[in-house]
Amino acid sequence: MKAWLLLAVIVASTVTADLLQSHEMKRHGEIHDFGPGGLRRVLLALARKTNLILAVVCMAVSFFAFMALVQVADLSFAVPASAGSLVIETILARLILKEQVDSRRWIGAALVAGGVWLLAL
Amino acid sequence: MNPRLRWKTRAFAAIVILSNAFGNLSLTWGLRHGAEELTASPVSFLRAIIGPWVSLGICLLIAWMISRMFLLSWADLSYVLPVTAFGYVLNALFGRLFLGEQITPARWSGTLLIMAGVILVGLGNPHSEGHTGESS
Repeated sequence: MKAWLLLAVIVASTVTADLLQSHEMKRHGEIHDFGPGGLRRVLLALARKTNLILAVVCMAVSFFAFMALVQVADLSFAVPASAGSLVIETILARLILKEQVDSRRWIGAALVAGGVWLLAL
Repeated sequence: MNPRLRWKTRAFAAIVILSNAFGNLSLTWGLRHGAEELTASPVSFLRAIIGPWVSLGICLLIAWMISRMFLLSWADLSYVLPVTAFGYVLNALFGRLFLGEQITPARWSGTLLIMAGVILVGLGNPHSEGHTGESS
């Protein structure tokens, strides 16, 4: 019961974090400069984005719940089971982020979700 | 797809997958070998974080978070999710090899399904629209 409760916390916080991150990073635009100076500028700029700060908070919640989960469940269960968020996120990517999810991606996401479910058995 | 973008996407996807898998392994190893049992108290979490394996795991997971953030600056979330799901396969393998966990036939079947999904999505374009963004 404790494991499933932790899993629910992980999924909810992961979905929220990923949507916020993807939205904000698309607004920022593609990163081209991977030199030390460029990375520093990018990280400083990103650290001031409210959505990214909220995303990091959600990831921290997910992380601490994950730490508690791997103490009571197998790693080979905890990681794939927490990916139950994949289908929810793909649907929300279409609905909220307005991404064009073609049939290839839907089928791929469905295969991955099926695989994740089998891993969690 | 632009070859430069394809190369950059694959390189970042590899970094995301490896930093996540090794980060989770290190974290789990540290929590199971030497760390006291976690309770609702934040102090128990802080004590666990001080351990070398848990600290290494956290550093790798920070690298995972940043590299994934960068990948999301040009690739769709609906592309990144299935492609980086190959990490689940690595996590299962690490669980078997290093943590002595049992991998059932159902888990191996799941691994094959995930790989099929990853290959299918990975052959496509990482971004579906012409988002140019604001900077760098």
